[in-house]
Amino acid sequence: MILVQEQDFDLAQVYQSLRQEAGDPGAIVTFTGLVRELYDQDSDTRNPVTGLFLEHYPGMTEKCLEDIAQQARNRWPLQALCIIHRVGDLKPGDQIVMVGTASAHRHAAFDAALFMMDYLKSKAPFWKKQQGKQGAEWVASRDSDSEAIARWQK
Amino acid sequence: MLKIHYFASVREALDRTEESLELPAGVEDVAGLVSHLAAKNPALQALDNSSNALLVAVNQTVVDRSWKLSEDDEVAFFPPMTGG
Repeated sequence: MILVQEQDFDLAQVYQSLRQEAGDPGAIVTFTGLVRELYDQDSDTRNPVTGLFLEHYPGMTEKCLEDIAQQARNRWPLQALCIIHRVGDLKPGDQIVMVGTASAHRHAAFDAALFMMDYLKSKAPFWKKQQGKQGAEWVASRDSDSEAIARWQK
Repeated sequence: MLKIHYFASVREALDRTEESLELPAGVEDVAGLVSHLAAKNPALQALDNSSNALLVAVNQTVVDRSWKLSEDDEVAFFPPMTGG
């Protein structure tokens, strides 16, 4: 299941559908990403984040997420997976993204979930614009995100 | 016709969301198209000059500057992705 949507998602519901689709899973891993109030590039308590706008490239986004999911399926024996990414206006504390994986064993489920998150962060066409008390600015990409991908290519 | 999209900080710097144009005479690849567009829009030139500030996708796949263009390609310009 791959969804790009404005509305929030319900972790319990997604978990149940992964469990059902997988049939007889031994392990289900879910990861949820949230909007932080203090962005750790500077952790500036004087300028907390008051809102986050998520822009994307409709069409390419879905294509990239499908491709990332397919790479994960090729690499690990997964019984089910899901990727949900929100777009539009969000605020601190909101859920932004989730990935879920089901497999017979925990290592495949954990690794595939981390792999999908690492790829999604720098390969899928999403862009964050952060709103603070002192104005709005586009979030800069991080070297640590490209390094996270390099780990999987070894 | 080429269909061109601009996203995020690139869209704001250029004050433009999309445009359509005939593949200009003499333009063969992405590098040629960037030069052609930058001649009309210095903001694009500035982005192209700074390292890793401008990514290009053709038909929804990120490509490098030597990628050959065809009529009816969908081209998009955007900054490095920051999702998740």
